[in-house]
Amino acid sequence: MNRLLRRYLAPALVFVAVLAVWEFFVRAFGIQGFLLPPPSEVVRTVSAEWPVVWPAGLFTLREALGGLFGGSIAAIAVAFAVSRWSTIRVGVQPLAVAAGSAPIIALAPITNQWFGITNPVSKMAVVAVMVFFPVMINMVRGLTDVGGAKVELMNSLAAPDFATLWKVRLPNSLPYLLSALRVAVALSLIGAVVTEYFGGSRAALGVYISQQAGLTRMAEAWAGIVVATLLGAGLQLLVMGAERVLIPWHPSRRLTPA
Amino acid sequence: MTSVMVSLRGVDKVFPRRKGASTVALEGIDLEIRAGDFVSLLGPSGCGKSTLLRIVGDLLEPTAGTVTVNGKSPSRARHDRDYGMVFQQATLLEWRRVLGNVALPLEVTGMAEPQRSERAREMLKLVELVEFADHYPWQLSGGMQQRVAIARALTLEPSLLLMDEPFGALDEMTRERMQMELMRIWQETQTTVLFVTHSIPEAVFLSTQVVVMTPRPGRVAGIVDIDLPQPRVFETREETKYFDKLVEVREVLRAEEE
Amino acid sequence: MGGLYRFIPLMVVAAPPISFSNRWLRSMVGFGVVLLVLAGLWEGYKLLGRTDLPLPVRADNRSMPHLWDIVRSIFEPARRGSEETLGWVLTKASLVTFREAVAGFLAGSVIGLGLGLLFVRSPLAERGLMPWVVASQTIPLLAIAPMVVLWAGKYRLPLWIPIAALAAFLSFFPVTVNTIRGLRSPSPTSAELFRSIAASPSQEFRKLRIPAAFPYLFTALKVAAGASVVGTIVGELPSGLPDGLGRQLLTFSYYYSSGPEKLYAAVLFAVLLGLTFVAVVALIERLVIPPTRRVAQ
Repeated sequence: MNRLLRRYLAPALVFVAVLAVWEFFVRAFGIQGFLLPPPSEVVRTVSAEWPVVWPAGLFTLREALGGLFGGSIAAIAVAFAVSRWSTIRVGVQPLAVAAGSAPIIALAPITNQWFGITNPVSKMAVVAVMVFFPVMINMVRGLTDVGGAKVELMNSLAAPDFATLWKVRLPNSLPYLLSALRVAVALSLIGAVVTEYFGGSRAALGVYISQQAGLTRMAEAWAGIVVATLLGAGLQLLVMGAERVLIPWHPSRRLTPA
Repeated sequence: MTSVMVSLRGVDKVFPRRKGASTVALEGIDLEIRAGDFVSLLGPSGCGKSTLLRIVGDLLEPTAGTVTVNGKSPSRARHDRDYGMVFQQATLLEWRRVLGNVALPLEVTGMAEPQRSERAREMLKLVELVEFADHYPWQLSGGMQQRVAIARALTLEPSLLLMDEPFGALDEMTRERMQMELMRIWQETQTTVLFVTHSIPEAVFLSTQVVVMTPRPGRVAGIVDIDLPQPRVFETREETKYFDKLVEVREVLRAEEE
Repeated sequence: MGGLYRFIPLMVVAAPPISFSNRWLRSMVGFGVVLLVLAGLWEGYKLLGRTDLPLPVRADNRSMPHLWDIVRSIFEPARRGSEETLGWVLTKASLVTFREAVAGFLAGSVIGLGLGLLFVRSPLAERGLMPWVVASQTIPLLAIAPMVVLWAGKYRLPLWIPIAALAAFLSFFPVTVNTIRGLRSPSPTSAELFRSIAASPSQEFRKLRIPAAFPYLFTALKVAAGASVVGTIVGELPSGLPDGLGRQLLTFSYYYSSGPEKLYAAVLFAVLLGLTFVAVVALIERLVIPPTRRVAQ
């Protein structure tokens, strides 16, 4: 209880302090609401706009999840192939590095043309490409960084390759996969919202945010961001829950993979 | 009845290096190991003792020479699951509890469930760790982890136990306790043991025969029979004959250095 | 195969390491092969389009222009009646975006480095602020792009400033995390060694921790460089800034029907811009850090 308190007290105090300063700042200096609304007004707007913002959030969430699943499953499949045949790795690795430094978001106008600007698939495709490479890289690492001794152990038991894969490589890759998913989850939601800045369905959160901002209705735009943040946090919690269930043996003290 | 368990004849091992160069790790090894014996391979780092162990265990192939185990080729013997292996690191799968780790070889050979756990539990009894069956490896001390590894190596009732510096990572006190434990287990199971170490007292205390090896290239410098009374007990280390054997082994090593 | 080396006795392990240029060549060749395969898949898919197979994406020249058409469009005039080739227009746009990205990258790196140093020095600051630094990255901060741009408009700031600020926001985080990691990477025994010779804390910091942090820092800087380009392009979308790549992407997608290959060329330039920036940082890394001390990403 005490440890829990100490762990969350400092960040909670900072949170309250930031909100207080923000509120004070806006009121004291008379900053116009259309520039920076005070937090109290954002909260009011969130509840007022809820019937619009929440479905929009769910719409975008669906796009994010679709892309996340598609991209992750493709990434895992490719990772299996790459870890099995090292010749593929020679070509895929530099591609992955290249993709890591390329602004994948720029693909959005192309997928809009391919699938239709209001079709959620156009956003899912971009999100899938975004999450593909981090998930694949980590999965390959998890499948291959097993340590020679464990492979030797399985060899000494004359275990067939699939047994080594199933009993050693796969469990070994779980922590790597989950830490990649933590990144991918955040990426997928941001990716979906930002992809919608290139145009999208009226029902989508990204379109809502950019429209409200365009009309200088800042409190509404911030309400959209609050919803996006809540959804992102919810997804993070899901992954953390999955970590708790799937890798209870892992000393996960790492903060975030870089 | 003294049948031959392992027989090596004219075994060479050459590791190729880049640009046509090569390193001779083993040269002209002739060795016979009787069933039921406890044989140690003793020598400094780089004398090829681990390489020799791995050739016997079919984890490496000899460049020249013949190896038979139980009258079979090492590959045949490995696929017949004649081997149990213990490495310097316990090499436990960290996502499995202790019982699951001990049961791993049984899973690989396809033993069905109630018997599998029963058998694994028996093995844990042998190494006196039944009460830790549901612990994860990281919850155990180094010595306990190594005992789990020994239990795992013995589950398939191997006719040959291959141990590669299994106590090398343990402190001296734990090490001596583990040596006593190993002697007890060896008495109970009657398996043949091939044991790699660079500790002279360890080799003399445990073995019925010490094979002294020297490096560059790895060769057998001499074989010392250790006819100390069985079972080996705490007091064995205090006997005059024990010291005589220590001296004898040292002499063989020194003779080679000159 | 590499795993085998574990079992070779020590004396053998002194084998000469694979030379760097050799590995570099190998991965470049591999990359080239992958690009060729991707190009082949692209054109192959277009061939499939001539059959009656139901395809998820239409393979006609409108949806998927031929690769050679895309390349050719770069050397043709961007607009009818204009002298400027598309390549030149996009190069200018890339330079504008690059300048903003560099500004954001530099600002983000300095902020990231500063926060990292602060957190390593002050556990209290780390406890209070680090969770928020982490949280800031899960909030869709890019989403505030429209607002940041509005602020700048209100206070008559040049538009590149809010865009660079967004880029900085995306790039500071990896730098912070890896600065902390790098400064904490020396083993406790190395730290004890410094204490055993009565080195001052600042000596320990300068001679142990900072050199140890360098490889980590550069790994983060490469991530930050890529992120800053993303931030810049997204920032340019709502800004109305007519010069940058983000705007070009929007423009060419509006006029897609009159020249689909132009959009593809613009996307290509955006990708190349990201790659170039990261490559420049990697080049600096290579000059600063010997190859054996680099940390894999």
